[in-house]
Amino acid sequence: MSEQRGPDVNRWNPAWRLIMAELLGGMWITLRYFFKAKATINYPYEKGPLGPRFKGEHALRRYPNGEERCIACKLCEAICPAYAITIEAEPREDGSRRTTRYDIDMTKCIYCGLCEEACPVDAIVEGPNFEFAAETREELMYNKEKLLANGDRWESEIAARLELDAPYR
Amino acid sequence: MDFIYNPVLDHVLLVVAETVAVLVPVLLLMAYATYWERKALGAFQLRKGPNRVGPFGVLQPFADAIKLLMKETIIPSGANRVLFLMAPAITFVLACMAWAVIPTFDGGAVADINVGILYLFAISSLGVYGVVIAGWASNSRYAFLGAMRSAAQMVSYEVSIGFVLVSVLLCAGSLNLNEIVRAQSHVWFFIPLFPMFVVFLVSMLAETNRAPFDLPEGESELVAGFFVEYSAMAFALFYLGEYTNMIMMSALASILFLGGWQAPFGLTFIPGVFWLLLKICIFMFFYFWVRATFPRYRYDQLMRLGWKVFLPLSLLYLVLTAGFLEAFGLVPGAAT
Repeated sequence: MSEQRGPDVNRWNPAWRLIMAELLGGMWITLRYFFKAKATINYPYEKGPLGPRFKGEHALRRYPNGEERCIACKLCEAICPAYAITIEAEPREDGSRRTTRYDIDMTKCIYCGLCEEACPVDAIVEGPNFEFAAETREELMYNKEKLLANGDRWESEIAARLELDAPYR
Repeated sequence: MDFIYNPVLDHVLLVVAETVAVLVPVLLLMAYATYWERKALGAFQLRKGPNRVGPFGVLQPFADAIKLLMKETIIPSGANRVLFLMAPAITFVLACMAWAVIPTFDGGAVADINVGILYLFAISSLGVYGVVIAGWASNSRYAFLGAMRSAAQMVSYEVSIGFVLVSVLLCAGSLNLNEIVRAQSHVWFFIPLFPMFVVFLVSMLAETNRAPFDLPEGESELVAGFFVEYSAMAFALFYLGEYTNMIMMSALASILFLGGWQAPFGLTFIPGVFWLLLKICIFMFFYFWVRATFPRYRYDQLMRLGWKVFLPLSLLYLVLTAGFLEAFGLVPGAAT
């Protein structure tokens, strides 16, 4: 026979079975669990920890002076495996190259994080926010305005996360 | 004003009032049994259980009830409409009918009849009809298989429950449930009849189709068993019936083995209703505890346990009990 755990008794011994030792042992285990501290996290009020590399909702960042970082190199659009990103660009009045259109279809996005890996100026990032469920499909078609607003909203957290992750890059 | 003093009408009104006084607490208890089951199962699995609706989720049963009332009762096109709608009603009505003879305090029962235990036994046997009719009327393979299993299971375990009842009757000397409780004023029957108590505990799980004997509704192979096709209020009636039956079997177990409304340790200043409720709650917790602990039995194992273990065991103990009582001249009613 294979190895035996627990007390050294023959489990098929009729006397052992008559007193239902195995069943009572099982019930004792579940009773102990009944009084243990619960593992549940009260989600909307309590949240579990997120790693600095967590890939959540996208955001377009700005420089501290308010200038948007994105230079419309379209590397993110090129690398996106789900073709979720659409970019159109032309030179601005001051001659710098900027996007006129930066759309992410969040229903296509697979949250792989390749866009933020590809970005040479840390403009597009996936932030810590995962609570952006919407009631309509249209709300999930993010445009440049929405992404920049996200960047403004989450900038302090995004910066802290990039800082934490920097030693491993 | 004469009609107020009409003796027949008065009697009818009294019975109606008594019925309401028994059934309303039972239905409330049943509603909260679902809540406590979810809470207890949650605790056994290191979860919190329902805690969204009201403080600690205490309004959850009402939220569930409203949801079920709002939904549409779907009748499958191949189903027998009359029987399909009758089956849940039968289950629920039978579960409620059984409460007529349950004594809640000394002498307190809607119908304090002398064949109380036979009545209970008959009602719980009829419970099979609700399940079988539901399974057949649904015109679905899953439901039919579930009903077949359920019928075989409930009939098998009723045999050993019958023998358990007979040995209790031998000790109590009466079929009246109040008399059975009074007979336990010295010692509760679970001490002298301990093996029968265990047999009854396990059989009552099988009788009410609860885990680990919930084969009729075994999710993994039969989806939901005999009530797959049911929805909304018809489904709720099955659910109500199941929980009312659980509470009924708990009450029966308390009456037969734990002294019903008898108070332990001479604490007679607390009314009997409280003690009966406490004992019912202990058995309900046992139901949930077992459900959280054991995996589902296989069908042949279930039948083997019923016919090859419990039946000989209860028969043997019945003979031993009868022999003991006869040998020591303790047969109730025969001591002259």
